[in-house]
Amino acid sequence: MEHIRTTKVEQVKLLDRFSTGNKSLTGTLYLTATHLLFIDSHQKETWILHHHIASVEKLALTTSGCPLVIQCKNFRIVHFIVPRERDCHDIYNSLLQLSKQAKYEDLYAFSYNPKQNDSERLQGWQLIDLAEEYKRMGVPNSHWQLSDANREYKICETYPRELYVPRIASKPIIVGSSKFRSKGRFPVLCYYHEEKEAAICRCSQPLSGFSARCLEDEHLLQAISKANPVNRYMYVVDTRPKLNAMANRAAGKGYENEDNYSNIRFQFVGIENIHVMRSSLQKLLEVNGTRGLSVNDFYSGLESSGWLRHIKAVMDAAIFLAKAIMVENASVLVHCSDGWDRTSQVCSLGSLLLDSYYRTIKGFMVLIEKDWISFGHKFSERCGHLDGDPKEVSPVFTQFLECVWHLTEQFPQAFEFNEAFLLQIHEHIHSCQFGNFLGNCQKEREDLKLKEKTYSLWPFLLDDQKKFLNPLYSSKSQRFTVLEPNTVSFNFKFWRNMYHQFDRTLHPRQSIFNIIMNMNEQNKQLEKDIQDLESKIKQCKNKQSDGVLTKELLHSVHPESPILKTSLCLKEQTLLPVNDALRTIEGSNPADNRYSDYTEEFSKSEPGVVSLEYGVARMTC
Amino acid sequence: MEFAELIKTPRVDNVVLHRPFYPAVEGTLCLTGHHLILSSRQDNTEELWLLHSNIDAIDKRFVGSLGTIIIKCKDFRIIQLDIPGMEECLNIASSIEALSTLDSVTLMYPFFYRPMFEVIEDGWHSFLPEQEFELYSSATSEWRLSYVNKEFAVCPSYPPIVIVPKSIDDEALRKVATFRHGGRFPVLSYYHKKNGMVIMRSGQPLTGTNGRRCKEDEKLINATLRAGKRGYIIDTRSLNVAQQARAKGGGFEQEAHYPQWRRIHKSIERYHILQDSLIKLVEACNDQTHNMDRWLSKLEASNWLTHVKEILTTACLAAQCIDREGASVLIHGAEGTDSTLQAASLAQIILEPRSRTVRGFEALIEREWLQAGHPFQQRCAQSAYCNSKQKWEAPVFLLFLDCVWQILRQFPCSFEFNEHFLIMLFEHAYASQFGTFLGNNESERCKLKLQQKTMSLWSWVNRPSELSKFANPLFEANNLVIWPSVAPQSLQLWEGIFLRWNRSSKYVDEAYEEMVNIIEYNRELQAKVNILRRQLAELETEDGLRESP
Repeated sequence: MEHIRTTKVEQVKLLDRFSTGNKSLTGTLYLTATHLLFIDSHQKETWILHHHIASVEKLALTTSGCPLVIQCKNFRIVHFIVPRERDCHDIYNSLLQLSKQAKYEDLYAFSYNPKQNDSERLQGWQLIDLAEEYKRMGVPNSHWQLSDANREYKICETYPRELYVPRIASKPIIVGSSKFRSKGRFPVLCYYHEEKEAAICRCSQPLSGFSARCLEDEHLLQAISKANPVNRYMYVVDTRPKLNAMANRAAGKGYENEDNYSNIRFQFVGIENIHVMRSSLQKLLEVNGTRGLSVNDFYSGLESSGWLRHIKAVMDAAIFLAKAIMVENASVLVHCSDGWDRTSQVCSLGSLLLDSYYRTIKGFMVLIEKDWISFGHKFSERCGHLDGDPKEVSPVFTQFLECVWHLTEQFPQAFEFNEAFLLQIHEHIHSCQFGNFLGNCQKEREDLKLKEKTYSLWPFLLDDQKKFLNPLYSSKSQRFTVLEPNTVSFNFKFWRNMYHQFDRTLHPRQSIFNIIMNMNEQNKQLEKDIQDLESKIKQCKNKQSDGVLTKELLHSVHPESPILKTSLCLKEQTLLPVNDALRTIEGSNPADNRYSDYTEEFSKSEPGVVSLEYGVARMTC
Repeated sequence: MEFAELIKTPRVDNVVLHRPFYPAVEGTLCLTGHHLILSSRQDNTEELWLLHSNIDAIDKRFVGSLGTIIIKCKDFRIIQLDIPGMEECLNIASSIEALSTLDSVTLMYPFFYRPMFEVIEDGWHSFLPEQEFELYSSATSEWRLSYVNKEFAVCPSYPPIVIVPKSIDDEALRKVATFRHGGRFPVLSYYHKKNGMVIMRSGQPLTGTNGRRCKEDEKLINATLRAGKRGYIIDTRSLNVAQQARAKGGGFEQEAHYPQWRRIHKSIERYHILQDSLIKLVEACNDQTHNMDRWLSKLEASNWLTHVKEILTTACLAAQCIDREGASVLIHGAEGTDSTLQAASLAQIILEPRSRTVRGFEALIEREWLQAGHPFQQRCAQSAYCNSKQKWEAPVFLLFLDCVWQILRQFPCSFEFNEHFLIMLFEHAYASQFGTFLGNNESERCKLKLQQKTMSLWSWVNRPSELSKFANPLFEANNLVIWPSVAPQSLQLWEGIFLRWNRSSKYVDEAYEEMVNIIEYNRELQAKVNILRRQLAELETEDGLRESP
């Protein structure tokens, strides 16, 4: 690799992120083509994928060496001290190059080889079949049909080839409408609620300016509302704040004029744009990365970052959709500006509230494939896969995952998957290890020949399914058909396991969740054991049924066999400890890194006052 | 005095009760000496049965002749009664006001309550100091029981029996008592068996402005140190506050006079600051219309979690001195009846596995709060809705319970009891049919003859049928010291207390039940496998025996 000058540096220190006592681990740093690897003196390995690196920073030289701070997209922050400045500089430069690739072909997915053959790889890609998914929803049907208008990406480059539209919408209407919509993203079906015969449709903003109108677009909307036999009016939800939408009119874009469209009810829901979201997350990370953070600074930082306010706005919009369909039986058309960020958030979350299928592991994959990947959420730009415009980066998908997490908190039994599943997906939207999230739309993915050159993430997650199962999931219960979350502000909490995923000291020391998960697994094993034992006992009894007499005789001779007794004890002992093993206490042993801090501090002479360290109490001089 | 005098209208029909998350109920409202009862008379069940002493404040308003009384309870619940007839409504309101603010303790419900259950074990004798001392005496002979306070003459807020260093005689204790606030001389709070280190607690030393000293005091606390070892004095006030206390005759231990001790100042708030904090927090939680920014800023402005963090941090520090530094600790603030007890008792939760069991936790409350003289009656007289600016109310005990809950959340398998146990203790500290939390100290409880005239909370709680409600299904004895994280990201609002009446917890409760089912199923399966294995082994041995001869 031309970018790597130094592959191995010894005597590197890894600092504890939240310790003020300069506590550190010493070890060796390795630089590979794909990863940065640190192995400490206890042989513990820390792997950092180059693509996960959001920023690398070289701080001013200190007496112990040259500090190198790496911030990752999965919110891991590592702080190394490299003894020689030269080495530090080399690594710094290499990482700068390696973490920002100029071409897709240099991304990890193109070299990642999980030792599968071509047919296995292809099978992996076929795991999620969107045509199958539309069939599951109940389309095509008498009102909705598959349109071939975009088969060659002629009408809209950022849409998928296969689009579902109202049966009565003719091709000229579609073409006309697409010319009146930003980036040609005309209204199409996104989710169909079979029972209510109502639909969620999506599009981009109309090019209405101050007064322009388009008859075909008006017809298409009418066709959508007519496709709902129960309710003739439909909602048009503009997910932007009203002010933003109005400002867009000056640029010849804007929003629908209720007077021009029959039977629409127009609604703004006020989700901020990608730039606001990016700086909101930035603020949040600044606050919670502070050492010695006080409770008040944490909450005022949480407030001023606006992060939870934005999460709540997305959730409220999704609830609006679900209610329109469930309560009013009305179809909904959703758009924002281009219809690939806020629109994806709201449509997918709304569908998730309405349809329990999307709350299963497979269903959630389908949902992401459909509403995010196929409809052209610009993953590569939003996640900064390539060295590009930093203003295009935004945590839109992260927000979606966080909304789902909040739902799992309110409805602990409604989801087949657990938090680890959400975190794992988040990990991979940035990892560039699989092809799914590369590129910005389907056309681009096809041009990149991702299905031939890379692997799909989903089969790997399915193989690992056990890790991602929610042990409390109750699939049978029909109560959870539609989720009605409560969005009172106090229900929104800081998602520690996402933003402090790698800061183990901040986590609960024992996890109820893991215990129950293991116990569920163990229960399955025990059920099997019981079956085995019962059949063995049956066999034994059958064998003995002839010799009952002898058996009784023998029993009277050996009423209590000492050999038997001991062997039984042993057997029970080997059986029982499983339960204990489930509950090993994490981090409470003396080697717990948080507390080895103290010893050193205490031995110093005469501390006068005590200060609070981040997370723990300690003494200072 | 007769209660009848206070009850102007004992019964009103057609009263409508509104509660959050329940449909409104119409029924008959009855007032008794101690209860407010509403019954719809539909199936002979009462819809509401509320202790007057649980009522923190009431508001009344009228629309025409329809009166409305809003009752705000000490457990933060708010209910509304619509009462037809202005006069009835006024009568009911004034009766409730009078009955919920009785000034004589002996008129309180515990003195009238007759238990409907069989007393298996008299809770008044469950946690005697002698028994507690026996737990230590097997491990150490350096301590003794002292009866110096038998008549409550040396220290009115101490129990008759305390544990002190063996080498210090009662005469010296009397002298030390004159040097410590409220006569609260240093006594043993906790003995760490692992290394013999101790936590002591006391009131502040009365050094005053001229630096008074007391040789016996120095001797007493030095008697707890091993040769060549140093100890830590944790003062729960900031250095500034401690210095100011000298002007009023209080103060802190001077380095010159206590050279073997290192003093550490922590700042735990007290009295009205805590009370204000609670009022603000409950107000913030009760307003569902707050937008996100307002909610977060209100939560922050309440400072409640800051107090939780400060208290936990001080407790961690004390525990760390003991377990990590191998040094003994003396904890005090000013009076030694509030923050001192918070820090000392939480340190024990961290250090001592026994205090994480039901019995051990009850013993801890009995020893470190009730007998140690935390003035429950003063502190818990009013709760979050009180308007009176009384000086003595403070949610000191609730903060302690909140801290325990925070540790429980971080170590969900290390406690024998669950969250409901903590909530139950909170409720009974503020309003109860039991006498346990009446009075401000043992001396007052003695005078009130609580043991003879009232029932102990522990008599009720420790019955198997009650205990099962408070059992933590995940409990697995953990003999380690448990170090909680006190980072703001690790602390959470205690929803079970503060959002209890403000949101439905149905789905979370159902998930909890499912979890219990999984655990119970696991136990069943394990038992079954064991039985089958034994059966099979027996059969196989028989087989073997049959074939071998």
